[in-house]
Amino acid sequence: MKEKILTGALAALLTFGGLSTPVAADSQEILVDDVWARATIGVSRPAAVYFTLRNTGGDAVKLIGFETTIAKRAEAHRLKIDANGISTMEPAGEILLRPGNDLVFEPGGLHIMLMGLQEPLVEGDSIQLDLLFDDGGRMPVNVRVRGIAARGPRN
Amino acid sequence: MRRRAILGYGVAGVGAVALMLFVGWWQVDGAGGPEPVGQRPVALTEMDFRLTDHEGNAVGPETLIGRPTMAFFGFTYCPDVCPTTLSDISGWLDDLGDEAGEMNVVFITVDPERDTVETMAEYVGYFHPAIRGWTGPEEQIARVADGFHATYERVPTESGDSTMNHSASVFLFAASGRFVTMIDYHEPREFAVPKIRRALEEETEGAT
Repeated sequence: MKEKILTGALAALLTFGGLSTPVAADSQEILVDDVWARATIGVSRPAAVYFTLRNTGGDAVKLIGFETTIAKRAEAHRLKIDANGISTMEPAGEILLRPGNDLVFEPGGLHIMLMGLQEPLVEGDSIQLDLLFDDGGRMPVNVRVRGIAARGPRN
Repeated sequence: MRRRAILGYGVAGVGAVALMLFVGWWQVDGAGGPEPVGQRPVALTEMDFRLTDHEGNAVGPETLIGRPTMAFFGFTYCPDVCPTTLSDISGWLDDLGDEAGEMNVVFITVDPERDTVETMAEYVGYFHPAIRGWTGPEEQIARVADGFHATYERVPTESGDSTMNHSASVFLFAASGRFVTMIDYHEPREFAVPKIRRALEEETEGAT
């Protein structure tokens, strides 16, 4: 009987452990690199933030939102160029990060749009952007502001 | 009886007109028509528009004749495509070196409401000095886009602002005004720079 209770307790522990620990760890397996944004002229124009994410874990993780104190809204957008060369932008929605994969946010593809800037993005400064994941994880990212004519994180 | 005959002729007439319309459509727009030329712009010499550059000078298609031209559309409130294209172009011009000074490079806004002459001046100042910013009244911008067979469209955003969908290609013209080719959005430098050289060389051929 005692043994049975113990087993039950152990099973419960394992179950909860099995549910919570790896899930909470999923977004902790995400690495971020090459984080940058272009400086803005004033606050009336939107800004775009770029970075590369790598999921080093064994499970897929979903990126569900973004928060920053520098803008009223931060959203993932995807640029599309159609067969006639017309560019359009659309919200990217939730973004799946497959295990072992890189996800690149770069000019001409995915980017985080910062809308309703509270202050301009100044070259040389850094801003903080929080990435929110579907497991409840929040990852603060330091974004280095580069010049308006920057082409990437390093050039 | 007679009435019926008239009705019959009427039906036949309508049928004939419909057939003619169909044949016309088939030949012009339908599958029976010639291969579409695509989105190629007409020659600069066939365009007619009046704009203002970022230094306040009156400009038009004739401003571009005599030197090869690289032109593209955008707007300064554009967070991704336009700064990327402007940076790409700045890089291509750096690669071309002295030759860059032999061409016109024009950034034409599709958002003249927000992109005034002053706004264009401030914006182009961040990129290669050869890049000129052109703006003007809405109806003149529409004429430019017609000539280029380019399209643009204002799209409201959730926040109450607006963004623009627009042709993202870079257009190349020879010194004669003849359209040469297009560089696609974010096309790698190793493809873009030879295309620009083609437009530059065409000028030399035309001159000799």
